Amino acid sequence: MIRNMPTLRDLASTIRSKNAGVDHITFDLIFRDRGNFERVRDSKVLTPESVAALYRIPRERITDFVVFEPANAIKFTIKRNRPSGSPGEHDVFGSQQYAPLFGIEVP
Amino acid sequence: MTEVSILCPTGHLGFTPLEKDSFLAGCELKPDFVIADSGSCDIGPYPLGADGQASPAAWQRHDLEIMLTAARRLGVPMIVGSASDTGTDRGVEQFAALIREIAAEHGLAPFRMATIKSEQTREAMTARLAAGVPITGLDGRADADAAVLARTDRIVAVMGAEPIAAALREGAEVVIAGRASDCALFAAPLLNAGMSPATAYYAGKLMECASFCCEPFMGKESILGRIRENDIRVRAMHPGQRCTPASLASHAMYERRDPFREYVASGYVDMSHCRYEPVDEKTTRASGAVFVPSAQPMVKLEGAGKVGERRLAVVGIRDPYTIENIDKAIAWARARLAERFGAPEQAGWQVFYHVYGRNGVMGDLEPTPPARAHELGIVVETVCQDGKRGEEICALAARNLFYARLAEVKGTAGAAALMADEVLVGKPGYEWTLNHIIPVKDPSELFRTAFHTVDGSARKAA
Repeated sequence: MIRNMPTLRDLASTIRSKNAGVDHITFDLIFRDRGNFERVRDSKVLTPESVAALYRIPRERITDFVVFEPANAIKFTIKRNRPSGSPGEHDVFGSQQYAPLFGIEVP
Repeated sequence: MTEVSILCPTGHLGFTPLEKDSFLAGCELKPDFVIADSGSCDIGPYPLGADGQASPAAWQRHDLEIMLTAARRLGVPMIVGSASDTGTDRGVEQFAALIREIAAEHGLAPFRMATIKSEQTREAMTARLAAGVPITGLDGRADADAAVLARTDRIVAVMGAEPIAAALREGAEVVIAGRASDCALFAAPLLNAGMSPATAYYAGKLMECASFCCEPFMGKESILGRIRENDIRVRAMHPGQRCTPASLASHAMYERRDPFREYVASGYVDMSHCRYEPVDEKTTRASGAVFVPSAQPMVKLEGAGKVGERRLAVVGIRDPYTIENIDKAIAWARARLAERFGAPEQAGWQVFYHVYGRNGVMGDLEPTPPARAHELGIVVETVCQDGKRGEEICALAARNLFYARLAEVKGTAGAAALMADEVLVGKPGYEWTLNHIIPVKDPSELFRTAFHTVDGSARKAA
């Protein structure tokens, strides 16, 4: 059994979430270097399915999932239940939705 | 080869005050244009719907004053888009008035200002719809029908570079534009200089957020772009910042679903094959964008409509038994509200319990199972057409937590702490009703340009 696997928090330089238009929140994971990026990309710990499972939402709400090589980044986008800033919404900028990604372990 | 240089001091003029030193350092390099965007959808639907502003007027004036006095001193055009956060006609007029005031205060020699309005009436859009023009939903939204337009209070169309480029060709030295694609403000002068839409819009995309495309993270610092055909060099102007291939590339994917495409009225920029190379310690060169024109120009419409009056109350819970059973307490409170005011959907009211300490920040996206919090903070939010009724609903929604009937509660003098036994008046609730596109014959047809002579010296003399 592998012990003390690094987490995304260890390997990424930036993990952020932000509005992408009024109906979506987009998540960016940018890695410190090519090696860390490729390690995460190839480990497949981040997939549309794994992200949907993490956030406990149907796969269809993950509208985009992109491996963005020029920035050593992986990004995905979640459809909001309500447009940003509607009554009942809790994060106008979508800027605090990334924390659950920190703990994902990377083999 | 033609080269155009552009200085951009801020990614959202007025939102917080821009930093003057790096801007003045950029001015030393004699840019050909000074450009900043002033708006965003990020601020939520309220400012557009209620036609208010999200930024304090003093900060807007601060930024405009620094930009205008520098642009006039350098003798170069200044372009500001999405005036006053939303780009409504009010925003354009407010910024035009500020420009006149600042010009008078500084005794600026006469210059030509163009204002470009982008607000659309509900009636005009309804007429287009009735004439068979589709208003197509973006991001998975349904196409707009008459009912969607009927619940929309205010609409702006998002201009591409065309009306701005035309105003510059007609001699505008200051352009105050309504709602515009951020990148279009930068693309306009580049298109006029004969560059391709690929280079022009891509340069705009890279530059529109100013120092956000540099590292380390800093807002409101200036960047300078030197743009030639397929050769965009972006330089950080703050002494502590650098524009690196990594920082510029990662900015290209910021705030967007698809990092490879940037849509404007006349087509989209394909960034799939862009390259980022270092030029020097503070500068990165980007190239390789492709523009794909659309057969049919499509203009984006943004609209917001009022949902109802909002009231808020703050409630704290400390009793561990109540915390453990908070869902039951809220369900009990909701049931009592429905008994008194009718079922929410039919009776036209809504209540939201934002439970901080459990999932107040993430709502249904929160994956963490409820921990044993020692206290919970609950913001009670109600929405109702009638403010007075909303106030009553909110008061009861909060007090019902105080009176929540749980089987084994020991604190029989109150199951919750009311931060204050008070209902706070929130801003009215609005929602984004339009995030759509509409086909047009001419990308400029929805926008209205006017020219004005601003003579600060005359006013000062008077």
